[in-house]
Amino acid sequence: MAEGCTGLEVRREKLRELAPLDEPAAPQDFRARQLRARDLLRGDLDGPELERHVEESVLATTMNRALSWGRANSMFPATFGLACCAIEMMSIVTPRYDIARFGAENMRASPRQADLLILSGRVSIKMAPVVRRIYDQMLEPKWAIAMGACSSSGGMFANYAVVQGADKFMPVDVHVPGCPPRPEALISGFIKLQRMIVGNPDPGWRRRYNAIGTEEWARGPIEPTEDERGAYSAARELARAAEAESRGGDGA
Amino acid sequence: MPDAPGLELIAQELNGSFEGSVLSTYYEHDQAALVVDPDQVLDTLRWLHDTPGQEYRFLASLHAADYLPGEPRFGVHYELLCMPRVERLRVKAALPDPGGDELPEIDSCVELFPTADAHEREVYDFFGIVFRGHPDLRRILMPEDYVGWPLRRDFPMGGEPVLYTHNEVETPRWWE
Repeated sequence: MAEGCTGLEVRREKLRELAPLDEPAAPQDFRARQLRARDLLRGDLDGPELERHVEESVLATTMNRALSWGRANSMFPATFGLACCAIEMMSIVTPRYDIARFGAENMRASPRQADLLILSGRVSIKMAPVVRRIYDQMLEPKWAIAMGACSSSGGMFANYAVVQGADKFMPVDVHVPGCPPRPEALISGFIKLQRMIVGNPDPGWRRRYNAIGTEEWARGPIEPTEDERGAYSAARELARAAEAESRGGDGA
Repeated sequence: MPDAPGLELIAQELNGSFEGSVLSTYYEHDQAALVVDPDQVLDTLRWLHDTPGQEYRFLASLHAADYLPGEPRFGVHYELLCMPRVERLRVKAALPDPGGDELPEIDSCVELFPTADAHEREVYDFFGIVFRGHPDLRRILMPEDYVGWPLRRDFPMGGEPVLYTHNEVETPRWWE
């Protein structure tokens, strides 16, 4: 149970596998559940029987998980188009692509009411302060998607006027490739962002961008978890081994 | 569109009024162009604007070019249009590079063509050509604090290499 969390955490071993959905419940199962519910109301139910009844009929979760589930399924993107990708971004709210299925159809005209900034197009060096300001005006928690090659890396605009990747001046959670990405690709990126939010309430960009201590609420410093440390060092070891192998191959 | 003899007539009359103002003419692809002395470009434009029978009252475009390593280095081009006769005339002024930190200078034609205001600011913004007498000469498209003249040929292109999987081996341990 996380410190400072107000929710109730219930941890319980699963007693049996639930029946698959396509398999209709046997009549005796239904009868048994009816009897158990009657016993529960009488107060006669205890032990593993009680556990089993709660397992089947009560949704147990933690407060953080419930919160992030709600956040992920009710995103408010800012109405903010930068370039041609904005045309594709506009079409994700149309009935054909319909991002309302994922709960993000409500594009807000004010960054104060939005929690998702979609960078739809190239960011010129003159526009970068404006984009950064809009991002700063959004309330926490907030996320950003770099849509298309230009806002991810500068794309075809490898020149004096365009910022070579929007994450040079603001944190970006998801990069969607494409020039421009099809609306399906953007929706796929959005679903990835949703999974990120549900799986890990802290998006992790503070650690990546060395911005620890800029949170709007008081909390302790964020340390990498054991799993993350293990994953980083494993990836490094793999890459080093591959490098050494390629060098050895060149020498031979 | 003045034809080739018409272009020569204009050049003769201009040289009669302003000694040495027209350096050369050329006529290619049905387009007439006058190459004029940059110090007399304002007189030339005013003559083309006011003289009865010429009346090039519309400046369709004003732009510049960098001909590096050619000499003179810069060119300022005026695309004129006579609305009653629907005739177009191109006026070119070639500007040498003063070198060092000095900027090339030419007279502003805002008093003749108000539309030149924005055009000349754009030319100043990208080529660093100063228009003498312009009412408000400052950058128009690039940020105010930008340093350099980005469309000059000796200005670096910008951009940076992007890391892909195929060139990842060129920068080993990029994550560190």
